[in-house]
Amino acid sequence: MESVRYEAPNNVEAAVRLLAGENGAKVLSGGTDLIVQMRLMNRVPTVFVDVKRIPRLSALALDAKGLRSGAAVPAATLYGNETIRKLWPGLAEATDLIGSSQIQGRATWAGNLCNASPAADSVPALIACGATVVIAGPKGERRVPVEQVNVGPGKTSLAPGEFIVEFEIPAPAAHSSDAYQRLIPRSEMDIAVVGAAVALTLDAGGVVKAARVVLGAVAPTAILVPDAAAALVGSKCEDAALERAGQAATAAAKPIDDRRGTVAYRKKIAAVLTRRVAKIAYDRARAR
Amino acid sequence: MAKIQVQTTINGETFDYLCDGQQSLLSVLRDELGLTGTKEGCSTGDCGACSITLDGQLVPSCLVLAAEAQGREIGTVEGVSSATGLHPIQQKFLEHAALQCGVCTPGLIVATRALLLKNPNPTEAEARYYLAGNLCRCTGYDKIIKAVLDAAASMRGESA
Repeated sequence: MESVRYEAPNNVEAAVRLLAGENGAKVLSGGTDLIVQMRLMNRVPTVFVDVKRIPRLSALALDAKGLRSGAAVPAATLYGNETIRKLWPGLAEATDLIGSSQIQGRATWAGNLCNASPAADSVPALIACGATVVIAGPKGERRVPVEQVNVGPGKTSLAPGEFIVEFEIPAPAAHSSDAYQRLIPRSEMDIAVVGAAVALTLDAGGVVKAARVVLGAVAPTAILVPDAAAALVGSKCEDAALERAGQAATAAAKPIDDRRGTVAYRKKIAAVLTRRVAKIAYDRARAR
Repeated sequence: MAKIQVQTTINGETFDYLCDGQQSLLSVLRDELGLTGTKEGCSTGDCGACSITLDGQLVPSCLVLAAEAQGREIGTVEGVSSATGLHPIQQKFLEHAALQCGVCTPGLIVATRALLLKNPNPTEAEARYYLAGNLCRCTGYDKIIKAVLDAAASMRGESA
């Protein structure tokens, strides 16, 4: 194999020039997908553009408006941050499910998102929290909700030369919380058969004012389920409301049959997880 | 294609090497620098045998490019023991016979050290989850987990 070039620019503009300059240029952040794909699938880049030397990509800033997290911040650092765990417990628990401790030392939200697996764990949780990505490219920077980044398995809406610079997550309103769970056949280190993320905001009396329900691994991308969210709004997540939200999740799920689960099983589990996760998010929001 | 020149710190010592762009840090450690304590298992980040620390973060060295190590601080199993003897984690692995073939052991020791730095008093479940990415195909995990918990107790100054 010929030596692949390696570049480590220290600013966003230089990274954009490198990425826009050739088709085979690839963003290297944690490398937990990129390097494996190079080894196992012979997808060899012409140049690695290591973005970890760009200060914005490794920065983490929390203030009253919320979180701004550089795209190259690894999962272990995100999960290790006590404020992130407290404000977005669901997003934190989804982040802590990505691979092993070792993988979490490298893997990033941006990589999880841009690898565009329908089963990515952090993606439903990011969408539930209303996260936005800042994308840099040859035409400058643009901001896009996370749910608009993936367009199919392995496919994103990023144009050539574009890459994710940072994530913006709005601070949760009063009486808000979130939760994420996935179903896997073993207890650790596996790929979601179904994943569900729910973020809720309650009023002072404990009635759901706003809800976001997101499913993973049951469609070509993670999907928002507005009907499930609508079933929760106005309720106190009583059994009847949870039942309706679960039915909406089953109806919205468009999974495939594969070795990890059948269509019928995934549609059923989508309801089970939606009910459970909504209840967890509700109890957390009540405790706020 | 010209090789990439890298200067990095490994276990507190400065090292210079030349590498290819796609070459892993694991390959440089073992094949160029002779630091063969770090083992190669799967080369896809699944087995934990090649665990090292990079600027204090536990990572699989098979999924780190050697070129990325410029100016970084690397910790390998060779840096765990000291002039005065074995590290308590190593000592407890011996006492509990927590190894057979030994290929997973360096990765487990490096990962255990990272765990105990973060959490000096892990529960058994916490230890098992943290080390779930370190695969052992010989002994099973019972002796390993006993050694880890005993090492933690000994490092806290408690006798088990």
